[in-house]
Amino acid sequence: MNSSSGKSYMSTASSSVIWKAGGDVVADQFPAGLRVLVVDDDPTCLMILEKMLKACQYNVTKCNRAETALSMLRENRNGFDIVISDVHMPDMDGFKLLEHIGLEMDLPVIMMSADDGKNVVMKGVTHGACDYLIKPVRIEALKNIWQHVVRKRKNEWKDFEQSGSVEEGDRQPKQSEDADYSSSANEGNWKSSKRRKDDEDENDERDDTSTLKKPRVVWSVELHQQFVAAVNQLGIEKAVPKKILELMNVPGLARENVASHLQKYRLYLRRLSGVSQHPSNLNNSFMNPQDATFGPLDLQALAATGQLPAQSLATLQAAGLGRSTAKSGIPMPLVDQRNIFSFENPKLRFGEAQQHVNNNKQMNLLHGIPTTMEPKQLAGLHHTAQSMGNMNMPVLSHGSQSSQNNPLLMQMAQPQARGQMLNDSTVGLAPRLLSPMGQPMLSNGMATNVSTRNGVPENIRAPSYNPVSQTSSMLNFPMNHTSELPGNSFPLVSTPGISSLAPKVAFQEDVNSEIKGSVGFMPSYDIFNDLTQHKPQNWELQNVGMMFNTSQHSNSLRGNLDHTQSVLVQQGFSTGQNRNSTVISKAMFSAGDSTGHVNAQNGNQHLNSLFVDNTVRVKSERVADAAPANLYPDHFGREDLMSALLKQQDVIAPAENNDFDFDGYSIDNIPV
Amino acid sequence: MESKHVHEQIAAMRQSFFNEEVLNENFSQLEQLEGKDNPNFVEEVFTMYLRDSIAFLETIEEAMKTIPIDSIKMDSILHQLKGSSDSVGANKVLKEVNKTRQVLGKGNLERTKASILELRKEYDNFKTKLEPYFQI
Repeated sequence: MNSSSGKSYMSTASSSVIWKAGGDVVADQFPAGLRVLVVDDDPTCLMILEKMLKACQYNVTKCNRAETALSMLRENRNGFDIVISDVHMPDMDGFKLLEHIGLEMDLPVIMMSADDGKNVVMKGVTHGACDYLIKPVRIEALKNIWQHVVRKRKNEWKDFEQSGSVEEGDRQPKQSEDADYSSSANEGNWKSSKRRKDDEDENDERDDTSTLKKPRVVWSVELHQQFVAAVNQLGIEKAVPKKILELMNVPGLARENVASHLQKYRLYLRRLSGVSQHPSNLNNSFMNPQDATFGPLDLQALAATGQLPAQSLATLQAAGLGRSTAKSGIPMPLVDQRNIFSFENPKLRFGEAQQHVNNNKQMNLLHGIPTTMEPKQLAGLHHTAQSMGNMNMPVLSHGSQSSQNNPLLMQMAQPQARGQMLNDSTVGLAPRLLSPMGQPMLSNGMATNVSTRNGVPENIRAPSYNPVSQTSSMLNFPMNHTSELPGNSFPLVSTPGISSLAPKVAFQEDVNSEIKGSVGFMPSYDIFNDLTQHKPQNWELQNVGMMFNTSQHSNSLRGNLDHTQSVLVQQGFSTGQNRNSTVISKAMFSAGDSTGHVNAQNGNQHLNSLFVDNTVRVKSERVADAAPANLYPDHFGREDLMSALLKQQDVIAPAENNDFDFDGYSIDNIPV
Repeated sequence: MESKHVHEQIAAMRQSFFNEEVLNENFSQLEQLEGKDNPNFVEEVFTMYLRDSIAFLETIEEAMKTIPIDSIKMDSILHQLKGSSDSVGANKVLKEVNKTRQVLGKGNLERTKASILELRKEYDNFKTKLEPYFQI
């Protein structure tokens, strides 16, 4: 039940309402009344399932054809809470249906099959299924399916809520950030997110019941400008969501939205100024709700306004902001800024504040993105910090190149990638763009960051960052960037500053992170997370993440792909709430994809969707596209990356990708 | 409803099914699902199952006649059959299905044919046994 995001700001309230509507007092009797849609071509099974579900007091609708199910869902978007589908169906493959649902409706989907082969189950996971049941399905298994609904809602809320309890949340995320910052970034992130969750619960502003779906606020450029104006008017110190909200006077905007946006913004600013902002903050905030919002905003008015992801990333990255603002996945023109150090500049361009926020957000995104994307990516990123470095470079290069794809990216990538970023940013981030978030990655650890994929945004940071730090490696990158960066490199570009990686690197980090994340594929988000986490530094990269955020939703990694470079999907991460992974993947894509088409728009969207969905959806599509190659900094030497990136442009799924599909998350290997 | 005698008879039959492993625990699950509002649930399910599975078996047998054998198609049908059988708890049938799939996978035509025959046999067996059970 996604209440229209626009309206739902009221969000919890509305969501709960929706929820209630669906279930009649669902909130109280939850999980009774859960509206389940069952799809299976076998009438016997269908009948049995229906009976079982009714016994669990769920509200059941059955259909025996995937097409029918899809049209039912389309007609009545809020009419169902969860879908259970068979894998083998004559008219449409179960996984395809899964993807469609994830993309279009963002509902939790459970797959079933008599087949319990590991590959099939893995496929389910990578395509974004939130669970997989083996037939014959037992009633006990069905009794607990409501957990998936709650979880999804909670994640959405979390993103959403973040803004809500900004004040409180700020503290928490910050704490977590710090904590996360260190190697256990992942954990930290989780914690922070958990904390946030708690916060949210405590805040109780919204109906926490049953994880209502929070509507996502899309922070368009105009909106963001209004926001910035309001903040400036109040004074950044004094700016509180409530007042900002009043000043902005935008109907339908909730305090929570503003709060989370503000949080991101603050991170962004911090990033601009201090660079060592808490990476964790970024992560948290990014991912969520804001996801879309930030991306567009920062990136200099994210060209795509919202879609910016790629662009934003670029810009953000450039700014070093890495903020998720870039979420739009815009490959972040930051790269242009290149110089890694310039990240900061780019950031400024964006409007700094925005970016910050985005970046931060993005980083967080990674957290969320637990799904498949990350792991893979992380693994990829893992490759070695070096690779990351390389990655970065390629990424960067992509950025440069990506200009084709992602106009933004290229910008970013180029300037940055050029050499600086790469060097610094552990290039490893490589085209992943993943998460510029990561700090200039320089740390070879970037790869590890990648591992965050699942939510472990932290991973990304760590590993990715390493690569970033490798300035030397970075150098390599820049080389590639020249045009190679299919645009993916966006974030990486940001890393250009990599040489010093530090603050500027932010971008790199993103890149790294991205790369890292992308390593796997999606990890991009992880990277982002990491990025954000790792380095508070200008993580412009974060922007990348931000980019993702926005795109997250798009789930389709595609978006990332475009941005990939800048996509830093990371930005997207932030958007997504968890979609981090998606974001990343997106980022990755972007990176890889440089096709740029996705750029910001896709990136954002994808990212968002990605993130939102968390489901791997993104990954499966994108990741492959993203040409994991980009993401996986590991072994990717620059050449690889570059080629990967390049390939991405054309084919989103460069061979290198290793598995974007998240099959067996290689990222796991990434030493976090 | 039924006299005690019939009850006992049913119980005995049922027990024998389990003993012979004609039915497995999934059958009990189905029984649990049955309730006041639809006492014939299990029967309905079985009717459906029997109906569909006959169709599957026939398709399989037909497919066996064609040359070359479309093993992919066959496998998918067998997969379906496996799913249904498992859901209703038709144990032996399920086992035969699995065996058939394995043999088919290996590409051994003759064995597959033989296996399918066995499957059919089990299936008929199953049907024969269950029908009277339900009639009671």
